[in-house]
Amino acid sequence: MDSFFLTYLWPAIVMIGQSLLLLVCLLVFIAYILLADRKIWAAVQLRRGPNVVGPWGLFQSFADLLKFVFKEPIIPAGANKGVFLLAPLVSVTLALATWAVIPFNENWVIANVNVGILYVLAISSLEVYGVIMAGWASNSKYPFLGALRSAAQMVSYEVSIGFVIVTVLLCVGSLNLSDIVLAQKDGIGTAVGLPSSFLDWHWLVLFPMFVIFFISGLAETNRPPFDLPEAESELVAGYMVEYGSAPYMMLMLSEYAAILLICALTTILFLGGWLPPVDVWFLNWVPGIIWFILKGTLVFFMFAMVKAFVPRYRYDQLMRLGWKVFLPLSLAMVIITAFVLKLTAGA
Amino acid sequence: MGLQAVFFYLFAFVAVASAFMVISARNPVHSVLFLILVFFNAAGLFLLTGAEFLAMILLVVYIGAVAVLFLFVVMMLDIDFAELRSGILHYAPIGALVGLVLAAELIFVVGRSVLTPEAEKAITMPIPSPEVRTNTAALGDVLYTHYVYFFQVSGLILLVAMIGAIVLTLRHRENIKRQDISKQVARTPATAVEVVKVKPGQGL
Repeated sequence: MDSFFLTYLWPAIVMIGQSLLLLVCLLVFIAYILLADRKIWAAVQLRRGPNVVGPWGLFQSFADLLKFVFKEPIIPAGANKGVFLLAPLVSVTLALATWAVIPFNENWVIANVNVGILYVLAISSLEVYGVIMAGWASNSKYPFLGALRSAAQMVSYEVSIGFVIVTVLLCVGSLNLSDIVLAQKDGIGTAVGLPSSFLDWHWLVLFPMFVIFFISGLAETNRPPFDLPEAESELVAGYMVEYGSAPYMMLMLSEYAAILLICALTTILFLGGWLPPVDVWFLNWVPGIIWFILKGTLVFFMFAMVKAFVPRYRYDQLMRLGWKVFLPLSLAMVIITAFVLKLTAGA
Repeated sequence: MGLQAVFFYLFAFVAVASAFMVISARNPVHSVLFLILVFFNAAGLFLLTGAEFLAMILLVVYIGAVAVLFLFVVMMLDIDFAELRSGILHYAPIGALVGLVLAAELIFVVGRSVLTPEAEKAITMPIPSPEVRTNTAALGDVLYTHYVYFFQVSGLILLVAMIGAIVLTLRHRENIKRQDISKQVARTPATAVEVVKVKPGQGL
């Protein structure tokens, strides 16, 4: 009995504890990211944004949460009830499941799997099902059109995201996310003779891919200027039209979890994860998780600014950008990177 | 080992049950959703056998791309379900035959090590242990190093098939207004705007 406890039960309890801790931290973080999104958007437009609930509106997201939870959920009569309710669940589960392999600091990861980056890619490619199911089950025109748009958009941009990831993997030689971060300890800067610093991270070596990844990330998460699935001027709210109260909140939550995931991935792939920007003692003294959060938040700030600045794309332009610009560009970069790596490895 | 067995039976049971639901569900969209569940559980089974790369590729390719297209097509179709059901007995013998052939093939492949033990030696690439070479790297060795020409040829065949499909379906109609982005970008005020001085009270 003792060995059963030690081999199965105790690891399971530890893992559940870790997952719960991560989940709670993540949800609180999402609540404040949502607020930050609204505040930044407001600031760009010279408004104040939410400022009533709590000091400077800090508790706005929690007030929203209570409102959503206590509202009556409405299921349209013509909807396919099971799928209609399953869709938000699927979205939220998948959006949160990806976080299991994200390393926040050295060895701070729930599942340190060999094929971590592929897992992230696989699970985020499943997220499209939440959208399609929501759109189809609502049994009405706007959600269906929104779902079709969204699915086509997510599938298209996944291709270029995949190629961007391939270039990073070529440089690193491993699919493990922690290895990807550690590989950024030395690069261009150390090759010139400088100490390990932010110049070694992949954003400098693979700058075109960094830009492509950022823009594809916007499209993949249906953020403005690529928010055509929810384009309110044409589709009211896209696949979310028929949803209200808690199910709507779950769709929203999964959307923001996916956005944060793209921010975390950008940090890991291009901005050196938990590594400090310069290798000096007082920056090394700051825990890695702080650097990780700072970098992730910086990327999110760029996401929020893009939302405030850039007008929405037209749908055919969006598809053209994905297939005719990003796909050839990233494919060419894969080939160039492979050639450069092969040539420099021989020297 | 016990925990692995639990997960094996979980994945296997859900896979078989949802495979049954694929053919018995009344709504074709539900069928496709169950098919996705089958794929998902098959990926889980791959993971249990240690084929992590295959599991992830199954998720990315089959569930993330192929099944999405399935779902698209099925959702767009306007099928009369009653008519579809009426022919079910008509096709039953053919279906049974296909199933029988598949089952026989499966038995031959799976039972090969029992029937002909020497066939095992025919496997030319030994599988390296996970400690020495990761799953992904071992697959890469086989595909891109040892059999690179075959891999390239199969890629070319797929490319030809794709070009064929595009050629067959592409209708490039004339006299339709199209947007040419490079043309638009190349426009300058000199080519696009004409500045005219109009005298008051005269018009153009």
